[in-house]
Amino acid sequence: MLISLFIACYNDSLFPETGKAVVTVLERLGHTIEFRQAQTCCGQMHYNTGYYPEAVGIMRHFLDTFKDAEVICVPSASCVAMMRDHYPKMAAGDPVLEAAVAEVLPRVYEFTELLIDKLGVTDVGATYPHTVTLHTPCHSIRALHIGDRPQRLLEAVKGIKLIPLANADQCCGFGGTFAIKNAEVSAAMLNEKMQAIAETGATICTAGDNSCLMHIGGGLSRNNAGVRCVHIAEILASQGTS
Amino acid sequence: MSIHVGEAAEAPDFKKAAHVLLGNKQVRANVRRATETIRNKRANVVGEMPDWEDLRNSAAAIKQNVLRNLDTYLEQFEAACTKAGGKVHWARDADEANRISIGIIQGHQQTEIIKVKTMTSDETRLNVALEAAGITPWETDLADLIIQLGHDKPSHIVVPALHKNKTEIRELFMRTMGLTELGSKPEDLAAAARQYLRERFLRVKVGFSGANFAVAETGSVCVVESEGNGRMCVTLPDVMITMLGIEKIIPSFDDLEVFLQLLPRSATGERMNPYNSIWTGVTPGDGPKEFHVILLDNGRTKVLADGESRETLHCIRCAACLNTCPVYRQTGGHAYGSIYSGPIGAILTPQLQGMEHSQSLPYASSLCGACYEVCPVKINIPEILIHLRRRIVENGDAPQTERIGMNMAAFTFADSKRLGVAQKLVQLGNKPMEAIALPGWSAARDMPVVPKETFREWWAGGRK
Repeated sequence: MLISLFIACYNDSLFPETGKAVVTVLERLGHTIEFRQAQTCCGQMHYNTGYYPEAVGIMRHFLDTFKDAEVICVPSASCVAMMRDHYPKMAAGDPVLEAAVAEVLPRVYEFTELLIDKLGVTDVGATYPHTVTLHTPCHSIRALHIGDRPQRLLEAVKGIKLIPLANADQCCGFGGTFAIKNAEVSAAMLNEKMQAIAETGATICTAGDNSCLMHIGGGLSRNNAGVRCVHIAEILASQGTS
Repeated sequence: MSIHVGEAAEAPDFKKAAHVLLGNKQVRANVRRATETIRNKRANVVGEMPDWEDLRNSAAAIKQNVLRNLDTYLEQFEAACTKAGGKVHWARDADEANRISIGIIQGHQQTEIIKVKTMTSDETRLNVALEAAGITPWETDLADLIIQLGHDKPSHIVVPALHKNKTEIRELFMRTMGLTELGSKPEDLAAAARQYLRERFLRVKVGFSGANFAVAETGSVCVVESEGNGRMCVTLPDVMITMLGIEKIIPSFDDLEVFLQLLPRSATGERMNPYNSIWTGVTPGDGPKEFHVILLDNGRTKVLADGESRETLHCIRCAACLNTCPVYRQTGGHAYGSIYSGPIGAILTPQLQGMEHSQSLPYASSLCGACYEVCPVKINIPEILIHLRRRIVENGDAPQTERIGMNMAAFTFADSKRLGVAQKLVQLGNKPMEAIALPGWSAARDMPVVPKETFREWWAGGRK
């Protein structure tokens, strides 16, 4: 299958290893990956902060870039939630845009959705001999209803020791510009999340969204907590090292 | 017309108020314990309902219909209530509602009233207006009594004294009720309040309530509560006044079936409220001899006019969104500067009070969506928060630095070549990144290490 990767702007810029891991996993499963250099962003930051026309412009660019893509893989739950929850409304009233959204949206898959729903795989042949806990990003559970897909994928990894995270569905406090506009409340929410992570005794915290992980990881690093954040794609790509 | 929502017009912005509250360990512990208790109870009783989603859909549909035909239902209510012997008053804003109330009380030469818990009268600051007119309001709901005795402010929609624990309440009662001895068990505290209130229930001639629902078809008013104080207030006095927001109307008595299942389970985690009082007009020889209803607008028709955020008026004040909100959990309700706190407060207060006074509230959310998930009337709070942020931006009220940053980002994202250049700049110095990240981020979090090569460079360079 030819799979087009929409990596998400922040992964492209700050977490390229996540993109490489997605490529590794999908190629290992026998698929061909393409990366369209024209891609930029989904528009979430602008939309959520109230910059509507700007967000529409970015949406147009996304639709333009991916209009003829067969399958689009996105290793970021919140970007997919942005598209599914908001693109149809943003396009409403403009027949051309409406058609473009209706055309592209059904072909967009969050990474773990793609593996389980489209490709029918739970065991991707990974080995990861570490103690891991799973945070479930708000957008993945409440907007995408992703359920236990990440859990099932991780359970099939060899050598992994999975420890459940208390209140895993409670927001970590990132929330995009919220983390800056209400930095203190955001940090208080983060502290609760870090405490729950510490209680698991895991050395790795994973999730399907690097935006949460950037925030959680930033806090863990500041506290020298001895826990690293790793995107789920990187665990699924691993075959025993790191 | 002057619209005010409690003291929201004078409140500090959310960030400043939150800063103070985050330093209060006692309040934070109280809030966390109380919200967790209610949240767990709610989850249990909601979980046992096989048709919960159907009920939510029905409630949302009923409310949509009401809001589309509000004029008709309000007039139908007025006609039915009047026919049953009630008197209906229309109030454009808080001050007018207060003036009507005072007029009725003074018309009976009374100088005190007993009150059932009513958010709407907190919205109009009725107690302040009454005291200025020489009338003493006695709050009879236990939590409202705690707030009144302590000259405090409510911090929660359903349990307004949630920020206080038993020890603090015991001290307050001993001090304000002049008690030399008082046990520390909840039963002891309730007994002290009962003693204090009983005499007032029997003496005072005017009762005052809000309403959870008002039935257009029959002109009936419904109040649900847990302590029985409401039942006393609506049955013992000679004169009864009920003040309610115009959105509290439901078309028919049958609709109560839906809401009386949703509300108690969502609000207090009970299958049914201990006391459900529904009354219609006046009945000779039974209950109050005179019944007044004050229908309050106070900005509601303004909300109604905005199709994008109209469903804010679906709210039945269950506060399930507060109990589940991870932001409210950290700060408690006082940070919101309004009697309407938490996620619903963050959308309701700015719309009623006017955005210029409550500009910070639509940003008091990480948009995690937990509120929408539990809302019994399906208010898409995150979507409305975003809509209100958009209104702030469109009004030109967003901070200039943010506007410049967002414009630059939009310019960058319009073309991948520009994005490539921006990425290069970030890699070169790591400085622009820190400048964008702002001190707020770095106070508690490290920035990720900027990689030497972006993904697109890696790909373009042959994946080496």
